[in-house]
Order: sequence, then C-alpha cells, then structure tokens
Amino acid sequence: MSESSVLWEETVEPGAAWSHVLKRGTSLLLTDMEGGANVGAVFYNFECPAERFNLPDTLKAQHIARLTKGCVLYSDMGRILCSITEDSVGWHDPLGGCSNAAWVACKFGEAPYQQFRNNCFRNGRDGFLVELEKWGLGPRDLTANVNFFSRVTVSEDGSMTFHPRNSMSRSHVELRAEMNVLVVLNTCQHPLDPNPKYEPKPVRLSIRKARPTGAADPCRRFRPENSRGFTLTERYFA
Amino acid sequence: MSALLVESQRGAHNATYRCVVPAGEPWLHEVPKGSYLRIVDLEGNQAVDTLFYNAHDYTDRYSAQDTIRQQGNIYLTTGTSLISSSGNVLMKIVADTCGRHDTLGGACAVESNMVRYSLEKRYMHACRQSFLKAIVEWEHGMDKRDITSNINFFMNVPVTPDGQLSFEDGVSGPGKYVELRAEMDVLALISNCPQLNNPCNGYNPTPIEVLIWEGQDR
Repeated sequence: MSESSVLWEETVEPGAAWSHVLKRGTSLLLTDMEGGANVGAVFYNFECPAERFNLPDTLKAQHIARLTKGCVLYSDMGRILCSITEDSVGWHDPLGGCSNAAWVACKFGEAPYQQFRNNCFRNGRDGFLVELEKWGLGPRDLTANVNFFSRVTVSEDGSMTFHPRNSMSRSHVELRAEMNVLVVLNTCQHPLDPNPKYEPKPVRLSIRKARPTGAADPCRRFRPENSRGFTLTERYFA
Repeated sequence: MSALLVESQRGAHNATYRCVVPAGEPWLHEVPKGSYLRIVDLEGNQAVDTLFYNAHDYTDRYSAQDTIRQQGNIYLTTGTSLISSSGNVLMKIVADTCGRHDTLGGACAVESNMVRYSLEKRYMHACRQSFLKAIVEWEHGMDKRDITSNINFFMNVPVTPDGQLSFEDGVSGPGKYVELRAEMDVLALISNCPQLNNPCNGYNPTPIEVLIWEGQDR
C-alpha cells in the first residue's frame, strides 16, 4: 500500500492502552517495532456497542484457533467488524486472554506510579477497562480478546504452549474496518509469556485509507462462511 | 485425550432439587456456595451451553479465557476451576464421567447459523434465543452483554497443533454427567442446545437433568 494512503501514525508505548473508532473503509496497520510485542484487542460496532467481537463465532465460522491473513473478526450478529488483510507473522492468538493486576503483581512485583512514575507496571484488563469507560462502556462489555503477534498452540491433550519469538522486529498485521469499529487495544505482555521481566514492547499504528473490497477479496474468499458474513455486513449498510 | 473419569459419591435420591430440561429450553437457577450441581446427559451426545455468574454481582462472570489459561489446557474436566472475569473461582468440577468439555465453541445463535450454514437458517431455534428469553424473564437487569463466551458441557471441539478447530461427534453417552461444587453463591444459566446443523447433539437434541445438593459442605 502506498504511503500516500496514510492518514496518521502513532506509537503506542509499552504497556499502554489505546482506543479509536476505525472508520469503515480505513485500515489499521500494527507494526511490532522491536520484536516480541503483544497487542491485546477487543472490537465493538461503534453505532451500537452491544454488537461486539465474538470470539467463539470467529473461531467456529472459520474453523480456526489462530488468526492470520484472510481471517475476519465476527461480531455476535453474524457481521464482520474487521478483516485481516495483511500479515507477516502467520499466527495471532485468540485463546490466551489478557493479563490482570494480580497476575502482573505476582509475576513481576509491584511498581506503582508513586515511585516509578510513567514506568509503573500496567496490565491488560485495567487498560481495557479504562479505555472502555471513555466510551461509556464497562466491565460487562469487556469480551474475550485477541492477542496480535503472539502464538499459543494446543497439543493433542489440550495443553497450551506459548511460543516466544513468534514476531520479529518490523512484523506487521493489517486490520480493515468493515463497519465503524471501536478498537480498544493495549501493548501489555501476553499472560502466558514466560519472560520473568516486565518488558512490554512498543507498537506503531498507521491509520490508512483501505482499498475497496470486491468479490475477489481474499478475506471474502477465505471461507464460504466469510462470503455470507460480508453479505450480512453489506445488508446492514444497505 | 484419555481423561480420568471421576464418579460422584452423591446419590440422586438425596438431591434437594431435580429438574428435567427438555431440548431447546433454558434453565436458570441460583446455586449457593458449598452446593453441588450435576448436569446429566440423559440420552447422550447433548451439548449443554452453560454460563455462571457471581450471584451478587453479575459483572463478575465466567471467563473462558481466564479458565483455560489458568489451567493451561483448553478442555474442562474434573479438577478444573471455573474462573471469573475478576479472577475468582466460581465453581470447581468435582466429578466427570464424560472426560472433557468445550469452552471455545460458544453458543449457537440465529445470526451465526446464517454465517456458518446458510442465510435461510435464520428461523431455526438457537441457544442465544434461549439465553435471552431466560434473562428477560429473570427480571434482574441482565441483557445481551451478559451473554458471554460459555461452556459447552458434553461437546467435543478439538483444536489441532496447527491451529484448526472443528465440531466433532460427541464424546458423551447416555447417563454421563458432570458435577460441580459452587465456590461462591452462583447464578447458573443453561441452554439445552437445539442445534440441528452439526453433530454437537448427534442431530437429535434430547433432554438433560439438573440436580442440586444444597448445604453439603456446611
């Protein structure tokens, strides 16, 4: 995609949270600047936030337990919030959830603002909840989240394994908004990351004009289910 | 997976509450701390979509992601603690004669059926219809936002090491059950799944029985 399509860019600092209404027809490019980043994210229909990202529907409609290019993120209403239009990583985790204050304190110790100023330790759940409150949403609205740049595999017996070094420096993933989507994200570490140190990573955001989608769109053709998901999304705007 | 099957010592004749829930119907009930809740797959291969809430604060509710992450395994069975969104233990699975249960597949909805099968499936009954009917009738201020990622007792949704997920024929059979101890006062919400489009109910949804033993640990 040409640089001229870039509307604006921003770097989300390590461990920070961010929210934005990504407009239909624009895209959000996430870039892991240093390698080893994690971006926890949840998604809502901005016009009616009771319609929100539905993890099980996303997984079962596409028969996946991983996210990559071609996959879409479904709302609970059978519509598509965002499509994954580019991906240099190949595996983003939908299973692990987000960190919380108790987990961070237990794993990394305490680092409150009073002593550590803006290097204080942050966690995924609180980051989500504070951003959600800014849009009139609360704990009831915090759904299961996805974790971009992280990989968790499941073995035959169901056990889960986190894979460090899944994402290298400059790895990127692009989300195209299929409706006006409230995107809430944070750059906290993945809660299965075995790294004993508090070391969240910065992530570069680039908001761009998206190319129009057509019948040959790879996300639409990824599964027959996705074709119907796009149809239902188009009906919403018809 | 060869799970360890664990039977309960409690006899059905001592239960303080028993209810047969027909296929396609919801069931909602408070389960006090220390009580035991058993769900019986009466005829086999029946998915039981289930949600749990802190009975005193519905914003503190079952979290599938916290539950699987805490135990490091996506399947639920004896020994699994059901973790809430605030990190509390809602229930513990104390007996399980089925072996494993799903918490990734979620509930069927008419909207997701349209995506998964065909746009014409909109008018087939689905779990979310039952969930919504139950919380409206409960009249405690719950709404769609409280219908979160649920447990599917007796349902088989394997995930492969390369990241694929499928709905397979059930691993359950007639009379198999799962039993849970309430670790706090809990509200339990069940949809006895009416799905006809995949093998989760063996293409034949059937009744379940719910039993409660109150005051066992007091």
